[in-house]
Formats: sequence, C-alpha cells, structure tokens
Amino acid sequence: MGKGERGERDALMGDIFTISLVFSTIRLATPLVWAAIGGLYSERSGVVNIALEGLMLAGAFTAAAVTFYAHSPWVGLAAASIAGAAVAFVLAVVCIRFEANEVVAGTGINILFLGLPAVLSGALFLSSGSTPQVPRDELLPTLSQIIPAAPQWRILTDVSAISLLALVVVGCTWYVLYRTPFGLRLRSVGENPEAADAAGIRVQRIRYAGVVLSGVLAGIGGAYLSIGQSSLFTRNMTAGRGFIALAALIFGKWRPVQTMLACLLFGFADAVTIQMQGVVKMPSGEDVPVQFIQMIPYLVTIIVLAGFIGQSRAPGALGVPYDKEA
Amino acid sequence: MTRLRELLFPLVAVLCAFAVGGVVVLLVGDSPLEVYKLLLGSAFSWPDGIGYTLFFATPLIFTGLAVAVALRGGLLNIGAEGQLYVAAFATAWVGIKLTGLPSLLLVPLCCLAAIGAGATWGAIPGLLKARFGSHEVINTIMLNFIAVALVGYLTQYDYRIPGDPIMESAPIGDNAHLARLGRFVPGLPERIPLNLAFLLALVASWLVYVLLWKTKWGYEIRATGQSPGAAEYGGISIRKEIVLTMAISGALAGMVGINEVLGYRYRYYDGFSDNYGFTGIAVALLGRNHPAGVLLAALLFAVLQRGGVPVDAFTQLVSKDIVQILQALVILFVAAEAMFRRKGWGRGKGASGTR
Repeated sequence: MGKGERGERDALMGDIFTISLVFSTIRLATPLVWAAIGGLYSERSGVVNIALEGLMLAGAFTAAAVTFYAHSPWVGLAAASIAGAAVAFVLAVVCIRFEANEVVAGTGINILFLGLPAVLSGALFLSSGSTPQVPRDELLPTLSQIIPAAPQWRILTDVSAISLLALVVVGCTWYVLYRTPFGLRLRSVGENPEAADAAGIRVQRIRYAGVVLSGVLAGIGGAYLSIGQSSLFTRNMTAGRGFIALAALIFGKWRPVQTMLACLLFGFADAVTIQMQGVVKMPSGEDVPVQFIQMIPYLVTIIVLAGFIGQSRAPGALGVPYDKEA
Repeated sequence: MTRLRELLFPLVAVLCAFAVGGVVVLLVGDSPLEVYKLLLGSAFSWPDGIGYTLFFATPLIFTGLAVAVALRGGLLNIGAEGQLYVAAFATAWVGIKLTGLPSLLLVPLCCLAAIGAGATWGAIPGLLKARFGSHEVINTIMLNFIAVALVGYLTQYDYRIPGDPIMESAPIGDNAHLARLGRFVPGLPERIPLNLAFLLALVASWLVYVLLWKTKWGYEIRATGQSPGAAEYGGISIRKEIVLTMAISGALAGMVGINEVLGYRYRYYDGFSDNYGFTGIAVALLGRNHPAGVLLAALLFAVLQRGGVPVDAFTQLVSKDIVQILQALVILFVAAEAMFRRKGWGRGKGASGTR
C-alpha cells in the first residue's frame, strides 16, 4: 500500500469487505456445500469418499454437455445428478461388494474423470477438454430470474437458485439424519455395522444408498460449476474443490449444519483471495501472496484432525468393509 | 498356485482395463485396435521410442516405489505428488544457491536435497499419525495442496527471473547437471532427456528390495504393515515405524526431483508433474508392492504415455486422454481384486439370495 495513509487504507478495506464479498462467498461456497453434504451421506454410512472431486467433474461435464443439446439447465441438472449417481454406484460396487480399498478406488474415479470428459468432449465437440459455451439464458437461473422482485430487493435475489436449494438440502439432511428411520440406520451402519446387522438392518444396502446419494449431490455441485457459475465445462474445472469439500466435511465433524458453515468459511477465504488480488498491497508494495490464503482450508483440516480445535471424530466404521460372514 | 496368481492377476486386471477402455473408444467412434496399436506400438522404436519411454518411466518408478513401501508398512501415501514438488524445488534451490561448487560435490548435494525434502514432507503426516492418530490419507491430500501453494509462492516471488512470464525458477548451475545417457550410449542422441536418474531409479528399486526383505528395518516395516498389534507385542515401536516408513516413502517420491531438475529441465518448473504421484498409486498396486513389479508397471504406464502422442496425432476422435482413462481403470480393477475370485461373485449372489 506504499506510503498509504490511514484513510486510504480504510477506503481500500471498504472496497474489499463489501456486500459483494458476501455474495461472492455464497457463490463459491455453493458447490462445496453440495459436494460436502454428498460426502456426508457416504461417510456417515461408513464408506470413505475421496471421489467427490471425480463425482463433481462427472456432474459438471454431463450438465454442460446435456444442457448444450437440450437447451434446458434443469434437464442438464437432472442429467448431472444421474451421472453422479451412476459413477457413485460403480464406486459403491467396487468398495462394498468387492471390498476394495475405498481410498484407492476413489483415487481411480478421480483420475478417470480427468480423462473421460476430455475424450468424450473431443469426440462430441471436437475440442479436447472443454464443451461449447451454453447461451446465457440457458444457464441455471438466479432467484431474480424466477421471482420478479423490486430493484431494491435485487441484492437478495441475485443468488443462484442452486445456492438456495443447497440451504434446503442442508436442512433436509439434518432432518433425515436425526429424525428419520433412514437417518438412524445410516448412522448406525457407519458407527457399528455388526450391531446394525444384528438389529436387522441391511448394512450393505444402506451403504449403497449413502454412496449413491453422495454421487447425486456432488453431481449437482459440479453442475452448478459448469452451468451456473460458468457457462461451459473445462478440463479439471473443479480444481480441488472436491477435496476442499472433504476438508469441510471433516472440519464440520460430519454434521450437516457445521459442514455447511465450514464450506462458507472456505468459500469466504476464496472470496477474499479473489477480491484482494491487485487491490491490497503488502506494506512493502508487493501483492499479497494469494498462495497463503489458498492454504487455509488445508491447514485448518490438518489442525482439526490433529485435535487442536476440538475433537473431530470420524464415524466408527469409516473405511471398514462389512463382511457378514467374517 | 498363489505365486501364479500374483503374476496372473495384474495381467488380467490390465486386460480388463483395456477391454473397458476399448468400449470407450468404440463408443467415441474410433477403432480400438487402431488406437491400441498406436498406444503400444510407438514405444519400441530406437532411439526415440525407447529413449522417451524409459525417461517417462523414471518418475513413475520412484513414485511407484514410494507408494509400495508405504503400503508394505500399512500406510497409504496419497501425498507423493506434494512430496515430489517440494523435493524438486529443494533440488533446484541447492542447484541455484551453490553454483560455485564442483560437479562431484554439487550433484550429490542436490540429490540429498531432493531426498531430504521429500523425506521431510513425507514424515509430517507420519508424525501427525504417530502423535495424534490423524489419518495419513487426509493429511497427505491436504499437504499436496499446501506443497503446491508453497512452492508456487516461492517460485513466483523469490526465485523467478524478474520479468519471466513463465512460472519457473532461474536455471541451476551447469555443475549441477546430471549427464544424459546419450553421452554414454552410442546411437542415443542427447536431445532425448533420458539421464542418469533412470539408473538411479533401478538402483533405488534394488535398494528397496534389500531394505524390505533383507534388513531388520524392512522386517519391522512389513511386520507393522501386516499386523500392527503383533508387531507391537513383538517389541516394535509402531509410532517410530509409521514416521520412518513415511519418511522413506517421501524420500523415494522426492527423487523424482533429481530426474526432473538435474536431468531434464535444469530448473524448477511449476506444475511439471503429470500426476506422477497419483500414477504411482496405480504403479504400486499393479506391481503388487514389489520393486520388480513396480519396474514392470512403470514401464507399462510409460509405454502408454509415449503412445499418447501418436494417438493424439493420428486418430480421428480419440485424444491422448485415453491413457488417463486406462490408468484409472487399472486402478479400479486392481482395487476390486475380489472380482476375480469366485468367492467375490459367489458371496454377492449368495447374500442377495438370503435377503
């Protein structure tokens, strides 16, 4: 900030911490919330889900490609959730039926979706890596496009419909998890499959449901990236968001509301990074190194896992295949 | 019989991966035979095919060994990617800072920097697990991102030549260069970046074999991996083994930096790794966590990588990304090993019958 005086600095801070930062945070947190809540269903059932990144990519690519042909973002969104579910089902079969190492299988899915969208888009659109641009009016709408609102309310209706839906999903997930028989079964299967089995719960079937649900939600999170925030799919466009979602899930202690808050925190860190670029300078006159802000979610996760900020305890049977006969 | 299965199973997994990959090619609208001919055929020409294939295999041998050692110790190192980035940067850093030293001193120092930095970055998740019990998988994933950000920061702000638009460090001193094999092998031009690091990779494979099966250290690592409870009862300190195993694993991953910086680009180039750390997982699994298997698996993936170039150039629709798909399929099929036993299917059917 050079020889910046106090007033100048305050003005700069004003530039950064504005209402637009709030919206930027919501925008950036939205895909994280979808993926992290997806991961919650899988991990609460006892299946590690490292594949959120790949599931998001599957959703993002499918949404962009289908919307391009179908001219409707809702069809694209539905296709993305189906694609996510299908890929997650493959993961579930490999992990649950064939008792594969869940981390290894998840890594396989992640690598698969670095390559598969590129090959498919190369064949469909003759461009390896990206899909053609979807016209603006065929993208997922903001609330203002759905609900006509007076201009002074625009600030509230300028968020994507998917962001609002994410909030609904978090609420529903809380309800399902703690107030329904399915939620109780999901949690018991993740904590103590033997006891659940003895109580007559079909452990593997519940786990299939958990993993497939994670695919549906992560797929929608990916769709938001390609046909909400952006207007096309580009190679590896998730850029690690699946892993940040996983981090948020751990930071949120595998609970829906806390997980959402963690996503908002990580989204906020991202938003600040973007807004600071070129605006704020270090006292020495250099740009603030964005790399250090980018590290925050990852550092926080390591610290939380080590138990420095409260205990974050994973579901008891997380990552342990369940073999009825064993 | 089990010996035979050890050998047969990876082959079957690869064939299955190729079969499914072939279906993808078919769906896309190309001929699988044509694509596979290009993929597998271009690696064996002399000197370019063989030279580049061995060059591509070098980093995969290192990361494959890294993952294999960790798995033998019962740990899953998803962090080879971060370890090799930190190590490559450290290699370049020594190569830039100590340019005045003679080659005989500087090259070993640079290699030590690679090994030391990789071991340190690998030991962190080991320490975290030993001290706090936090799972190495999550921590290594997180450390990958931290490594990339950290090294990116150092490159961008401290070690880039001012005005250079590319994210790369200044070049290392000439004394730090590792000789290319073209200098010793007649008929192999020096433009092919295959260098002494490849021989180092072979030596490392042999050393890993000796370490794991001929030394007390290796015995303790394997004992911990197979049955931590029994190992502890037998007087082995599990915590020490965890840290040690992760440090060795990280050191092996870090040696990628020697090939990349000292033998190929002669500088740190940001984002150089073509997912070597993750491919290392596939290499280790396919190689059954044995150094000899790792060598063969690394060669297979290197052949595919080399073959990706002509696939891009000579096919109508399929791009070289088919290589990544094949890699992923190999990982999935190897992971789902139970699929290839009769028990795997039988149990599934039997269970659904009783439901």
